[in-house]
Amino acid sequence: LSSVSTTDAVGADPIPKRRVHGMLKLYYGLNEEGKPEEKGDPLDPCDIDGAHFEPEVYLNKLRKECTLAELMDQETNMVKHIRSLDSDMQTLVYENYNKFISATDTIRKMKNDFKKMEDEMDCLAANMTAITEFSARISSTLQDQHQQITKLSGVHMLLRKLQFLFELPARLNKCIELEAYVQAVSYYGKARSVLHQYQHMPSFQGIQNDCQSIMAQLAQRLREKFQDGGSSAKDLSECVELLLKLDEPAEELCDKFLSHAKSRLEEDLAGLEADLGVSNVALGTSSDILEFIDRGCNDFVGNLCLLIASYQDLFVNRLQDGALASKNIPQMANAKLLAFVNNLVDRYFSLVECRIQAEKGVGDNSLLVRALDRFHRRLQALSKLLPGSNVPSKGTEIVVRAARERIRQYLAALQSFYMDSLTDVRQSLAAQRLSGKDSANLAELLSTLSASILNQIKSVLAYVHLFTAKDINFSNKPYFKGEFCSQGVREGLIVGFIKYICQSSRQFCESSGDKGGSTPPALLLLLSRLCLDYETSTISYILTLTDEQFLGQDQTPVTPVTALCSEAREAAQKLLNHYVKVQGLIISQMLRKSVETRDWINTIEPRNVRAVMKRVVEDTTSIDVQVGLLFEEGVRKAHSSDSSKRTFSVYSSSRQQARYAPSYTPSAPMDTNLLSNIQKLFSERIDIFSPVEFNKVSVLTGIIKISLKTFLECVRLRTFGRYGLQQIQVDCYYLQLYLWRFVSDENLVHFLLDEIVGSSAHRCLDPSPMEQSVIEVICERG
Amino acid sequence: MKKNARALTAQIAETDAIRFLVGTQSLKYDNQIHIIDFDDENNIINKNVLLHEAGEIWHISASPVDKSVFTTCYNKNYLLTLVSFFLASDSKVVTCAAVWRMPKELESGSHESPDDSSSNPQTLELLCHLDNTAHGNMACVLWEPMSDGKKLISLADNYLLLWDLKESTTKAVISSSTTLEGKGQLKFTSGRWSPHHNCTQIATANDTAIRGWDIRSMSQIYCIENAHGQLVRDLDFNPNKQYYLASCGDDCKVKFWDIRNINEPVKSLEEHSHWVWSVRYNHSHDQLVLTGSSDSRIILSNMVSISSEPFGHIVDEDELSDQEDNHQDEKIKEPLQDSIIATYEEHEDSVYAVEWSSADPWLFASLSYDGRLVINRVPRALKYRILL
Repeated sequence: LSSVSTTDAVGADPIPKRRVHGMLKLYYGLNEEGKPEEKGDPLDPCDIDGAHFEPEVYLNKLRKECTLAELMDQETNMVKHIRSLDSDMQTLVYENYNKFISATDTIRKMKNDFKKMEDEMDCLAANMTAITEFSARISSTLQDQHQQITKLSGVHMLLRKLQFLFELPARLNKCIELEAYVQAVSYYGKARSVLHQYQHMPSFQGIQNDCQSIMAQLAQRLREKFQDGGSSAKDLSECVELLLKLDEPAEELCDKFLSHAKSRLEEDLAGLEADLGVSNVALGTSSDILEFIDRGCNDFVGNLCLLIASYQDLFVNRLQDGALASKNIPQMANAKLLAFVNNLVDRYFSLVECRIQAEKGVGDNSLLVRALDRFHRRLQALSKLLPGSNVPSKGTEIVVRAARERIRQYLAALQSFYMDSLTDVRQSLAAQRLSGKDSANLAELLSTLSASILNQIKSVLAYVHLFTAKDINFSNKPYFKGEFCSQGVREGLIVGFIKYICQSSRQFCESSGDKGGSTPPALLLLLSRLCLDYETSTISYILTLTDEQFLGQDQTPVTPVTALCSEAREAAQKLLNHYVKVQGLIISQMLRKSVETRDWINTIEPRNVRAVMKRVVEDTTSIDVQVGLLFEEGVRKAHSSDSSKRTFSVYSSSRQQARYAPSYTPSAPMDTNLLSNIQKLFSERIDIFSPVEFNKVSVLTGIIKISLKTFLECVRLRTFGRYGLQQIQVDCYYLQLYLWRFVSDENLVHFLLDEIVGSSAHRCLDPSPMEQSVIEVICERG
Repeated sequence: MKKNARALTAQIAETDAIRFLVGTQSLKYDNQIHIIDFDDENNIINKNVLLHEAGEIWHISASPVDKSVFTTCYNKNYLLTLVSFFLASDSKVVTCAAVWRMPKELESGSHESPDDSSSNPQTLELLCHLDNTAHGNMACVLWEPMSDGKKLISLADNYLLLWDLKESTTKAVISSSTTLEGKGQLKFTSGRWSPHHNCTQIATANDTAIRGWDIRSMSQIYCIENAHGQLVRDLDFNPNKQYYLASCGDDCKVKFWDIRNINEPVKSLEEHSHWVWSVRYNHSHDQLVLTGSSDSRIILSNMVSISSEPFGHIVDEDELSDQEDNHQDEKIKEPLQDSIIATYEEHEDSVYAVEWSSADPWLFASLSYDGRLVINRVPRALKYRILL
């Protein structure tokens, strides 16, 4: 109000309402929010609405700045303002006055009401004192009686208790008669402390003695029952519970309980053992492994679980909150249980392992896997019951061992299968030889052999794959995820098998070297091709297959494909070399015998080619066919394969002539050596037993080289007569006619045959060679 | 040499000069014994030629005692054969054996120039003829090593004959003999006198088997059946280890046997690419084994693992000074492995004989069919490694 009054001095007309509002707001501490201030500085002394308004300054300012007319306007404005402010003021004062009047009325009314209430309160206090008095009086009168009643009820209670006590022996007896042991024990439990407390009084002592003897009897009976084999697990646990309540030593009870359970579990085990024994005796009639494991799981493991549960219930969990908890009995009981379970489970495991080992069949192992799975699952349940035991780890170990064993068996099976199929091949080869159609279907044999081996590998992989199937519980174990896949299956099984193939092939080379071709050469050839095939494709195929199926997760180094391939290639090379050697040996043996047994000095004039040479050519041809079935043709050195025999023979005979001519004249020994030496300078050194390539021509070349070199060496050991030399000439020409087509470089054959003829000429007493034309005639006739 | 040759031996009784005897093998010309002297310092080969008119020489062996005495197995001379050929239609080429003595002036290694001697070949003095008419072809004649040179063994077809040389080696008497019996035609191919057991054992080879004989009782003491896949060509005893035997054969292999365990070879090498014709232990360093083969190669192998000095002379070197201990350390770090030391390919024809020099243990000769004799040394580096 006072602030309003300060504005009295000057008033302004045009914006009165707003200014009043602004003033009010200012008074009540409200800022004009949001509205931009029209007039800038609130401290301006010329601001007529500002708090720092100074009329003098304002007037001076006006006077200085304004014209007269403006001053007049200002003045009228001011007057208008002042009027409106006055009227506003009047309205406010009126309103406030009304409110004040009504407040005064209200206060008057309240005063009246309070007075009335005070009176009522006084009245209430008086009444309350009266009531207190009354109640005090009543209680004082009733107190005596109340005390008496309390006493009486106390006596009654005592009497009832005494009665209970006196009746206790009889009750207990009755209970025992009725076999209501639980009740008996509970009765006794109630009375025991009282009896104990009052045992100095003779009567109570009598009762106590009676009770004790009865209870001893009861305990005895319970124990008997406990030891009685026939009682069920539930009965047993009840017994134990009661006995525990009777303060029997827990340790003893544990032992007894366990030993009792043991006898029953052992029955199960014995059953299993009997089953196992039967299965050992007569494998055919025994239950299969799944049944066995099932039985084991249901009987033994089930009972064991039950036992553990009840045992823990009895001795561990219950006692934890009981009075005995302080005596470390749970720990003791647990330890006992652990030892007990481990002991039994060990036996069970050994049985299971026996059974698994008895499972030797290499066929479908889904049964085994399922059995193992079930086994593993049950053990996990067991492990949940008994967290501290090493049962699950042992069980997993068994499973792992079984899997490993399985892989070993499969490897052995694969190997024996391989050997069997080799024997089959051998037999069919022999049969072919008997039936005359020599090595007619080697290629067929090869394909069946490799296909059957591949099939076998695949089926084995499929079997093994069962171990890692998704729905099998233990396949999640790290062993089965990692090591089993990479080490077991890939390395142990597949790589092992491939290595075995290579190794057995090598053994063929080495063992038969001494016995002289105990293996049929065709088999060598077949195996060589097989190994080569493995090197080129099969190994990588098998390994890819394996890797796909068994995505090994661990990073242990595995044998790389290349190493296996090179091993296979090595084996193939060895086999082929050996084949060449064996075949060369057969032919050269023939040649050697033929040269050694003949009397070359006194032989007759050659009329035809010796049968041996024909045989050699025949054999070579059959070898050619044999090898051609399995190996590619190979590259010959550039020569005109259509060159007619005539030009070839002329060429060679002219060479022979050139070489021998001087040597027949004893006067010029120098020339012979010179010529032959020069000849040798230009011809390459020949490695006789050199490794061959994987093609027909190379193989044949190797065989022919060996044979001819043998021929040469044998010839050098003999002395020839004239006709002996001529016979050699005929033979060599014959060989020349037929052998060139087999070899990669016919010059090689020429060279060796020239050597033979040359050597025999050297070793001839009467070196007069046969006419080339005669030789040709003889050969063509033969 | 200008002639084919198969037979080679070192002059065993000679310990000063490096000397080899080579016998030529030629049907048509006079055969010769070439005495090859090798002058180590000047690298010069001297050659003296002796005529061997009896015939082509298949085997030659020198007496261990008298350096001028040697034996040959020979086919009868061409002319003689021809004569018999015309006289008797059923004549055969028979291999005989005889003991010869070379002329005195050559005995000690004469200093004649090779040209003179070859132009003027001297004849041999026949000491005695080993009469074998009853026994067939002589395959080889072996002197008893380390004795007075009075005993000979000859192998003739399937007979094993022990000869005593009497009356200053001019007469040979068969003191005992034994035969190899079995089905088929059995022929001895080669044999070797064991230097151990007081020279009472020899080993022979026939076909694929190696047999040991006790010459006191003339009975077989062991037999390695199927020692090689094919014919056994040659044998040699380890000079230092009494039970060790090397053999070689047509299966390109060289095998080392312990004759106490004949079921399996101790070691088997397969380095040659054709028949191995000859195998020889070095006389003083038995890890060095020389083999010659008809693939025209000679291979010198170092069989440390089965030699008598498997790791060098380590035992002896225990007492050596520190300085030398360093050497020893090095050696222990790299013990010699069984390995091929060298392959010699100088020959162009089949090598039928190799022989160590009796005078210089680091030197050996090899002979190929074309008559080329090559003398080689053990590589120097290896020599020092073995010696040091």
